[in-house]
Amino acid sequence: MLSFVCRRLFFAVILLFVVSAFTYVIFAALPSDPAALTCGKNCRPEVIAQNRVRLGYDKSIPEQYGNFLKGIVSGRTYGAGEGVHCPAPSLGYSFRKHQCVTDLITRTLPVTASVALGAFVLWMLIGIGLGTMAALKRGRWPDRLATGFSVIGISLPTFFIGLLGIMVFVIWTGLLPFPRYEGITADPAKWFMSLILPWFTLAVVSASSYIRLTRNGILEVMNEEFVRLGLAKGLKRRTLIVKYVMRAALLPIVTIAGLDFAALLGGAVITESVFSLPGMGKLSIMAVNDSDLSILVATTLVAATFIVIANALVDILYGFLDPRVRTY
Amino acid sequence: MNSKVPLLSIRDLQVSFNTREGLVRAVDGISFDVEHGESIGIVGESGSGKSVMVNAILRLNFATEVIVKGEILFDGVDLLKLSEAEMTRIRGREIAMIFQDPLSALNPFYTVGHQIGEAYLVHHPDASKSEVNRIVLNALDKVGIPEAAKRIKSYPHEFSGGMRQRIVIAIALVNDPKLLIADEPTTALDVTVQAQILDLIQSLREQSDSAVILITHDLGVVAETAQRVMVMYAGRAAESSTVTSLFEAPSHPYTQGLMRSVHSLENSSRGSLKSILGVPPSLINLPGGCAFRPRCSHQLGDQSKCNTDKPELRLVGKSNVACHLPDEIIKSNSVSDV
Repeated sequence: MLSFVCRRLFFAVILLFVVSAFTYVIFAALPSDPAALTCGKNCRPEVIAQNRVRLGYDKSIPEQYGNFLKGIVSGRTYGAGEGVHCPAPSLGYSFRKHQCVTDLITRTLPVTASVALGAFVLWMLIGIGLGTMAALKRGRWPDRLATGFSVIGISLPTFFIGLLGIMVFVIWTGLLPFPRYEGITADPAKWFMSLILPWFTLAVVSASSYIRLTRNGILEVMNEEFVRLGLAKGLKRRTLIVKYVMRAALLPIVTIAGLDFAALLGGAVITESVFSLPGMGKLSIMAVNDSDLSILVATTLVAATFIVIANALVDILYGFLDPRVRTY
Repeated sequence: MNSKVPLLSIRDLQVSFNTREGLVRAVDGISFDVEHGESIGIVGESGSGKSVMVNAILRLNFATEVIVKGEILFDGVDLLKLSEAEMTRIRGREIAMIFQDPLSALNPFYTVGHQIGEAYLVHHPDASKSEVNRIVLNALDKVGIPEAAKRIKSYPHEFSGGMRQRIVIAIALVNDPKLLIADEPTTALDVTVQAQILDLIQSLREQSDSAVILITHDLGVVAETAQRVMVMYAGRAAESSTVTSLFEAPSHPYTQGLMRSVHSLENSSRGSLKSILGVPPSLINLPGGCAFRPRCSHQLGDQSKCNTDKPELRLVGKSNVACHLPDEIIKSNSVSDV
């Protein structure tokens, strides 16, 4: 067991290296010149050339990547002479924002994590709850209701649901204040209020596919021979549903849920934009608009890291949950 | 209970499904009795309604919508009138079932020990852990699982198909049921393993005096294990008799066809196997009259009862036969033809 976990984690680390290299190379291959972005519109070519040398953009890409990795391990000083020092782990320096990228990420990540975690809990509850209800009352009105909800949720774009939420709950009824993000440590009540709408917006979208997954999974397992044998043993319907059907039906959902959650941690771009939440998604969007490569490399890498970690955790968890895939 | 009352008495059982194409009459008016300790075989091709019928006995129509009519009297009590809670007390304790495919019949997430123990524990909620453990070990031992103490913590996927079927049998027999229903218990297994499993069921039956309903499409299996046989066709009984008279003198044209299509030394010396021409009818909106008529080798013409009336079982010679042919023809056929 322990060796399985270690092996899985070891490969996760290798994978992270590969991902970081790819990310770096792809962004380095972009046609925009990072040196030209360091000074304003009326920049003279000499200044650009000077900056290029000072920032290390004149070196070969493998060398730049090496410096980037070194920065993660031991921190790095950007610019010549005095320069700016970003302590380890340094993911780069943004000349647009005049800030260390790591600082930008540590400031935006809690926002994104708050959004992701709440939405995740909500959508799992809604998705599995309605999905189970639909399966157990197949063909009757609860099923139609849940399936209808999921069709609408899948069809409507995220920004539309978000704007609809603002219109109904903030502007028309005034039930909620306009979402203005507040840190959880600063004011937990405000934090909660500001996140209700983003949570529901994200939850509705994701729950829709989970309703279908759960419903179809349960219906499929209900036709399994071993469920019939459980019934033939004399098990009560409720025991059968929970112990036999749900256990088997929810297993595949664990995998998808883990990856979906990790993807969300990389930034809920649309939701954060709609509700002006200062999260990683918003940071990425601004970086794209500004062609701020140093930030883009970092956010992409952080998002990828979450996916790789989640993937490894899901694999390990699956081994616990399903005796058939235990390889130890 | 009155000893004259049969253990199981099925009266005019009808099971149908509503589908988009129409009403499927999977079982269309079947009646038969099973006495205490008796072993009865039910034979028929795929789709003849055998499995649907036995599932209806235990009301295992869990995920599908079915319409069940008639009476299923078990020890004099109509199972179709019981509440779901009362039914759970019958399932597994009074009537147990063995399934066709042992590879999918066991829950992959729990150890076999847990699954056998669970079957006991449902009906003996006060049993202590050590008692359950002893019962499980004993059950594994009885069905011939070697090193039972070690295998108790194994998962189903760690066993072969034959071993898994033994575990399914152990689950079925852990509560000493009065009636054991075996729904094609050997179909999914190798030929060599089939014989072992049949022997096992046979010897366990002798030890425990349970009655057995054995569903199969294999006449050879019936010959080996059952005392009485019912042949089913298109949801109805075609013929019902003792095993000896069925094999000595198959009376219904369908039974005769089945016999001819069995591969045996005698048959092969006479040339190739004879199959029954045509295919079983669709059970949706079955036309009136005899369902076997289109495939029957005796055609009595368009005006005959075969086109209008469903034949009921009647005694001809030693067998009950559901056929409109005159007695003499049935009798003469049964002797000469096979």
